[in-house]
Amino acid sequence: MSPDGSTSHWSVGAITRAMLPLLLVLTVIELGSGLVLDALQETLLAYPTLLILVPVTIGMAGNLGSILAARLSTAFHLGLLSFDPTDDHLAGNGLATVALAVTLFPLVGAGAWLLAWLVADPALALATVVLVALTSGVALAVLAVLVTVVTTYGAYRFELDPDDVVIPIVTNVCDVLGVVVLFGAVRAIV
Amino acid sequence: MTVREVAAGAYREALPVLLVSASGGLFAGLVLGGMEAELRAVPGLLLLVPAILATRGNVYGSLGARIGSGLHQGLIDAAVTIRDERLRGAIVAALLNGVLVSVAAAIMAFGLLALLGRPVAPLSTLVAITFLTGLLSGLLLTTAVVTVVVFGYRRGLNPDTLAGPVVTTTGDLVGVATLLLTTRLVLWLGGG
Repeated sequence: MSPDGSTSHWSVGAITRAMLPLLLVLTVIELGSGLVLDALQETLLAYPTLLILVPVTIGMAGNLGSILAARLSTAFHLGLLSFDPTDDHLAGNGLATVALAVTLFPLVGAGAWLLAWLVADPALALATVVLVALTSGVALAVLAVLVTVVTTYGAYRFELDPDDVVIPIVTNVCDVLGVVVLFGAVRAIV
Repeated sequence: MTVREVAAGAYREALPVLLVSASGGLFAGLVLGGMEAELRAVPGLLLLVPAILATRGNVYGSLGARIGSGLHQGLIDAAVTIRDERLRGAIVAALLNGVLVSVAAAIMAFGLLALLGRPVAPLSTLVAITFLTGLLSGLLLTTAVVTVVVFGYRRGLNPDTLAGPVVTTTGDLVGVATLLLTTRLVLWLGGG
């Protein structure tokens, strides 16, 4: 039986040894975004609509980054990708990421406002919440493209498989950026 | 392929998945938005929210991927039961890691806020909340992931494409809902 298939590889100890160190490092990164939320606590508690935006902004940022990372990794493995801004796969996937953000974030903002309106007083105008969501979304999409391209290029230069390293890094870095960008948008607009 | 064709293909492929996960995220937000009183009563709880949500995704996303690979490789039989040694190992490890990392996050968050001189709830309160949240959300997510992946596989669906969306849509919602429940429980037991 291959080492991958032996029962010991599936033991609690072996899985924990493989996972726990990475999980702890990722937790430290996530506490960084927690500190940003903590600094913004008073504003978030005063406007529950903004609190509703927190998990969805974090989630969408990580998802946009991880989908782009998976697509670039596949293009890279198939030999279709070159690290040139005019490369069709690089530019096309980057463009799609920004277009997805422009489509989805106004919907997310409107959805958050509607949910707040259904359960309580949203305290902010619909247009303000949509603007906060759209601004955060576009900034996040651009940052997600930059982080993903730089990380994929780094994996290529260090001869690492982008599938192993790019997705965890991009997902968790985009989580943190999600909170930081939302913080910036709230400070600038609300 | 032109830039336009690549962009249109990527856009069409990603839009439905993102719409579903955005809806899940909004409902998680709705629960968080209703937690104003608990967030005020337990300073430091909001700081833990991103770490708690990310741990759900990282631990149970990996459990789904592991079970999916096991099924593909024939290491886990499709007619699997909970008595299967490999499945049990993977589940116990996920629960253990989920709880350990959640409690570690509480200890680090407490240290960080104390160091910065910011208001923070007693360490025992934060540890009790994250321990119970880690355990309860872990049991719920394990049930969801194992059920969907194993039953999906029996019906001829690819477990690799099932596990991700299940964890992203249910993970945030289960994470925030159990956080609300356990915070209320701990506040009620400890009188704040």
